[in-house]
Amino acid sequence: MIEEMRRGALANLPVGASVAAYGSVLGMLAAQKGLTWLQLLVMNLSVFAGSAQFVMVEMWAPPLPVVEITLAVLIINMRYLLIGASLNPLFQGKSLVQKAGIMHLVADENWAVTMAAYRNGGATTGFLLGGGICLCSVWSMGTLLGHQLGALVVQPERFALDFAFVAVFTALTVSMWRGKSDIAPWVTAALLAVIAERWLPGKWYIVIGGIGGALLPALQSVFESKKKNLQQLPDKALQKPIGEKTK
Amino acid sequence: MTLAISTDLSIVLAIGGAALATYSLRLGGLLLAERLPKNGGFKRFMETLPGTILLALVAPGIFSAGIHGGVAALATALCAWKTKNLLLAMIVGMGIVAAGRLLTGYP
Repeated sequence: MIEEMRRGALANLPVGASVAAYGSVLGMLAAQKGLTWLQLLVMNLSVFAGSAQFVMVEMWAPPLPVVEITLAVLIINMRYLLIGASLNPLFQGKSLVQKAGIMHLVADENWAVTMAAYRNGGATTGFLLGGGICLCSVWSMGTLLGHQLGALVVQPERFALDFAFVAVFTALTVSMWRGKSDIAPWVTAALLAVIAERWLPGKWYIVIGGIGGALLPALQSVFESKKKNLQQLPDKALQKPIGEKTK
Repeated sequence: MTLAISTDLSIVLAIGGAALATYSLRLGGLLLAERLPKNGGFKRFMETLPGTILLALVAPGIFSAGIHGGVAALATALCAWKTKNLLLAMIVGMGIVAAGRLLTGYP
């Protein structure tokens, strides 16, 4: 387990560098919004979700809109429902305590790194947890450093720190590529996400793009199995006019 | 005094609510998955999902970052594909955006 955790932590170090980079941007924003470093640390450890924390800090103005913040976080993090579900094979045979403990430290990055390793046969729950601990540490360090330096870096955009998030997720997306069968779902996902981001409030585009793209091969498979069933029907059934049902 | 207390309380509620919402989704997804079918269309759906979620997460960001963003994302993707090195790919992408902004006088 320890060895697996060590491997997971090491595998997440490169991603960790970018996590720290955009964490420092969040820290700077938080300092400007008047969050103390302790509040930021508590947020890091209890919420531990980058994009949601960015939106929280964005909405952070007294009197705090508690209900709106909670709802926004719920929508942005809706993808964790899908991320959690996709980890089901990895958690096969693990106890509820292990599931409940490890799932808290599942972020986009260590999930993606773990799924990529899992496809090559080299990932366990320990690997996932090690990655989570690594990311939570660098995330906290990055945000707190940004909070302290807030006043020093005047324009983080000049150093493209705001692009760190996009860059690292682009690289992570590439590692998910399985072959030509991914072309249609991926194009669909990208198009839906761009359109939804333009026309819908909040972060619905993540869920809409992700589900929309993945539905394509699912529907295809349902369609294929229906066709197969039809071919396997005994002759008697086939003698009935097929058009009858559709009429 | 009462204002200070209610502010403190609302901070606790905001962070606590966000934490609870996020954790329920994380664990909920995993526990629900055990009750879902593991074959056919649904299996294909779950197998395709990791890639499409990541892409949906990042596509609008690339799109709205303009030409710099598009070129940088393409270079990042190519670098990640060829070298399998995430850090290097990220630095390449950020470098292109930073250089582009420097040359065109952003913001």
